[in-house]
Amino acid sequence: MTTSVRTAAPAGRTLSPARRFQNMLMGGLILLATLLVVAPLILIFFYLIREGLGAINLDFFTKVPAPEGETGGGLANAILGSVQMLAMASVIGVLVGVSGGIFLSEYPRHPLMPTVRMISDVLAGIPAIVMGLVVYSLIVLQFGFSGFAGSMALGFLMMPIVVRTTEEVLKLVPQTVREAGLALGLPKWLVTLRIVLPAAAGGIVTGVMLALARVAGEAAPLLFTAFGNSAINLDPSKPMSALPLEIYRGATSAYDENQRLAKAGALLLITLIFLTSLLARRASRRK
Amino acid sequence: MTPILSAKNVNIYYGDKQAVRAVDLDVQRGTVNALIGPSGCGKTTFLRAINRMHDLTPGARVEGTILLDGQDVYGSGVDPVNMRRRVGMVFQKPNPFPTMSVFDNVVSGLKLAGIRDQKRLMEIAERSLRGAALWEEVKDRLKTPATGLSGGQQQRLCIARALAVEPEILLMDEPTSALDPASTAKIEDLMSDLKKVTTIVIVTHNMHQAARVSDTTSFFLNGDLVEHGVTDQIFTSPRDERTEAYVTGRFG
Repeated sequence: MTTSVRTAAPAGRTLSPARRFQNMLMGGLILLATLLVVAPLILIFFYLIREGLGAINLDFFTKVPAPEGETGGGLANAILGSVQMLAMASVIGVLVGVSGGIFLSEYPRHPLMPTVRMISDVLAGIPAIVMGLVVYSLIVLQFGFSGFAGSMALGFLMMPIVVRTTEEVLKLVPQTVREAGLALGLPKWLVTLRIVLPAAAGGIVTGVMLALARVAGEAAPLLFTAFGNSAINLDPSKPMSALPLEIYRGATSAYDENQRLAKAGALLLITLIFLTSLLARRASRRK
Repeated sequence: MTPILSAKNVNIYYGDKQAVRAVDLDVQRGTVNALIGPSGCGKTTFLRAINRMHDLTPGARVEGTILLDGQDVYGSGVDPVNMRRRVGMVFQKPNPFPTMSVFDNVVSGLKLAGIRDQKRLMEIAERSLRGAALWEEVKDRLKTPATGLSGGQQQRLCIARALAVEPEILLMDEPTSALDPASTAKIEDLMSDLKKVTTIVIVTHNMHQAARVSDTTSFFLNGDLVEHGVTDQIFTSPRDERTEAYVTGRFG
């Protein structure tokens, strides 16, 4: 970082002292701004490692939270719940999201296209807790709290992100590739599915992973859909726990032990999101 | 002999703007036909009308009749997908399918249309690659990504891909404009062999290329087909003074 600031002033001797001072001042300000941007992430990591790392052990991954006031226990219920719900949410988010992205990119002259674009944009702006409320009134009121309801809320949150990235990476596929397919006498749907979509696959995977990272930390839409469960649950029709839910409950608890568990859960969550983002970046760079 | 391609009073519009005006043109089987003219003269627009590529362009409209082997390309009830299957096309820049191997690219027109017989696909791939003078260079790397080939090889791969579906006519839109002289020479050499199996209509900016490779030449200017004739005649004794001005390099 410092090197880039220095090389910004080549042939320094030709500059007047005032200009050199101005250059240094601006370089310093930019460096400061950069540090301010990076600082929160570093602070979060340091805080969570200091507070939570001690609680990460074998029990953390294999046991369920201990009753309030007792020591020990882990977040196995939340880890398994998050994995299940994110997997189910991906199915919804990817199926609907990729289809929507294909529609917006490949059928720009379709009469429904402006409507779909607008709905997708509005959907992207809907607060997570509202999405939870919608699923609550649609599903939970009839079938009760369930992992499936939580997955739906998360899947709806993923959808607009996947739509947008799919549309954008499909538009990066050169038009001449589509023309080459059509000129071979292949129907448009075949050209789209077998030629254009594979060419954009790397970017779509990146988009899905970023969407996953984005919703993995959401507690609000799960509060009244998945609800939470202090036992390990592998049945999606029953209430299910998730990492953000346990973090919320632990952090608002009066007991140190629960707070420590919450911070360990947060550390795990942040680490997973961080790794997902890294993987997503690598997947997009490989293309 | 009836011409393989026959255009009658073809007018092409982009919105209100007319790009091609009242073109009549016959193309005989087994010949190479060059469309020449300065940029924006309508030669590429006309070429893309032959396989209905304008169907994809918003606002583009084709009027008149284009007969391919006697059948109206724009006739009612003609499926553009079936029509394009009979017409091959090679584009300005090489455009192999990026995620496919060399082999898959060549047979993509057949494989994606549902032909699964590996032995037959292999035979077609070899025949097409030989037809495009690429077989010797790629026979040991058929399963490697097509994007690993050089630009000139990629363009010959695109020719092979077009040949694999045995088109009745092959449209080439400035196929060598993005290639170096050596690759250009290879593709020009290829054309005299290709006309034994198909008919070629080639758009070119390069008059020398038209003179070298074609049997007949059509000179377009501002959307009009100014003159059409045997290539020798067009280049040595053009009937229209505009043609003469262009082929002698006074404009364009």
